[in-house]
Amino acid sequence: MPIALIDGNNFFVSCERVFNPKLEGRPVVVLSNNDGCAVARSNEVKALGVKMGTPWFQMQDLARQHGIIALSSNYALYADMSNRMMSVLSQYSPDQEIYSIDECFLGLDGFENYDLVIHAQAMRSQVRQWVGIPVCVGIAETKTLSKLANHCAKKSLAGADGVCDLTRLSETERSRLLATIEVGEVWGIGPRLSKQLADRGIHSVEALRRADPKTIRREFSVVVERTVLELNAIPCLSIENVAPAKQQIISSRSFGNYVYDLAPLKEAVATYIAIAAEKLRAQGSVAGMIQVYIRTNPHKEDCPQYSKGLTIPLPEPSGDTLYLTRAALWGLRRIYRPGFAYQKAGIVLMNLSDATNQQASLFCTHRENDRLMSVIDRVNAIWGRGTLRSAATGVSKSWVMKREKMSPQYTTHWDQLPIAI
Amino acid sequence: MACGVLTPRGQPAGHGGPVFPEAGVIHVPGCPLLARPVPAGFPSPATDYVETRLSLDKYLVEHEDATFFVRVQGNSMVGFGIHDGDLLVVDRSRDPGDRSVVIAVVDGQFMVKQACRVPEGVLLRSSGPGHGDILVGPEQELAVWGVVRWAIHPVS
Repeated sequence: MPIALIDGNNFFVSCERVFNPKLEGRPVVVLSNNDGCAVARSNEVKALGVKMGTPWFQMQDLARQHGIIALSSNYALYADMSNRMMSVLSQYSPDQEIYSIDECFLGLDGFENYDLVIHAQAMRSQVRQWVGIPVCVGIAETKTLSKLANHCAKKSLAGADGVCDLTRLSETERSRLLATIEVGEVWGIGPRLSKQLADRGIHSVEALRRADPKTIRREFSVVVERTVLELNAIPCLSIENVAPAKQQIISSRSFGNYVYDLAPLKEAVATYIAIAAEKLRAQGSVAGMIQVYIRTNPHKEDCPQYSKGLTIPLPEPSGDTLYLTRAALWGLRRIYRPGFAYQKAGIVLMNLSDATNQQASLFCTHRENDRLMSVIDRVNAIWGRGTLRSAATGVSKSWVMKREKMSPQYTTHWDQLPIAI
Repeated sequence: MACGVLTPRGQPAGHGGPVFPEAGVIHVPGCPLLARPVPAGFPSPATDYVETRLSLDKYLVEHEDATFFVRVQGNSMVGFGIHDGDLLVVDRSRDPGDRSVVIAVVDGQFMVKQACRVPEGVLLRSSGPGHGDILVGPEQELAVWGVVRWAIHPVS
């Protein structure tokens, strides 16, 4: 069955351009939290050779020369625009898997009598008109191939007008096309794997496709074998309408300013726990283990360096923010050393399991907060995150991240609407 | 107990800490009574006809995914009943017709104007004191951002 992968072009930049048309045709980057690195680049910025993840301070000269406009991440805006885009696309198939904030798979089973390219063009123009976001569509027999088809559409390697349907290519055409694409472009083949594959003479997508799956499995893993099969149009990955429950939940962030004392670190860790525990409960899980870590800035080599993490097994799995906070702060007190300029803290909730199938322990005490947690989640869903929170998360929050170049939250705040004259 | 205050569960007050002073608690000397009125009589004949209350959101927003709110600044469109500070409900899913009021992008700026087809191209009409019309010729590209469906302003 054919699968389509729809991906927003330079999604964060495109969201900004919808509400600020002056950014059209100009070089724009969106920076990560604390205005650190480029997380989205307009085509103009890509043409200047700026790579994904380039730190902002490294592009200062280039920015001055070419007038690059840098913006802080406006996640409230991107999330709303993503929801709109996904909702429009859901009209085009009953099988939709939202894979990330800017891409989704659509299963096109039963659309055999449709011209899929026309169908894809309709998606493109509707998303463009309704939401304002330009998208590309890749169509192929498997998820891995549809990701590749999307890459071809975006780079105009095949197809036309932002749509590439690999199922239309003959075997020779397909083989010629895939031979021109580096193996690192394949979904799931990261820089390390591409290097290992290159060592075995596999440089192009075509070479990987021609590789013997059993050998690949032996030398790499079953995951890479699956990729080879998928490249050969044998579906191994199905459309997941419901996102699978996460195996671990991470919440970490760099601070806006360096933090020296234990008190603000505690506030930060308690805040991250609250965010992660909310996600944990939303997927109906409990955590059996917590990791907490703190570190200084590894890029400031002249400053004393310290980095430490501690994993804390819980006597009993829990989804209770207050219990998890106590455990994480207990761990934090054990790893904290005074005299360092801390730049980042984080927590990981691990050993997740289903909240409904728990073996109760004789001395279980913390499940009494289940109802309190559900009230907290409901209140915060209505009045916004952090409305009801534990006092451990602090009031002043001197450590929160910097977002100095953020655009207005055009679609979620009455006082920040776009203006027309 | 000669005189008791009864809580809904029939427990005498004063034994389990403070009790919420509930309306309907009745003082009856020496006589335990129900503390709450019991609904009796006919059930409401309207229960079969209960419908969802009218929603202004549903009335004003036809295509949720394509609808955005825009704030008006200035009085260039007072003749169309659009005032400074109005909230505009803008639907991007609609194709603008001749004489639609639209949000147009002119020099990177959002403008609320009436788009009229004229032989020379499209005329973006204003209707406020001191505001001229803008002619967009066929060689220029007119970007219509969305069609204005409603202008909302307080009356009193």
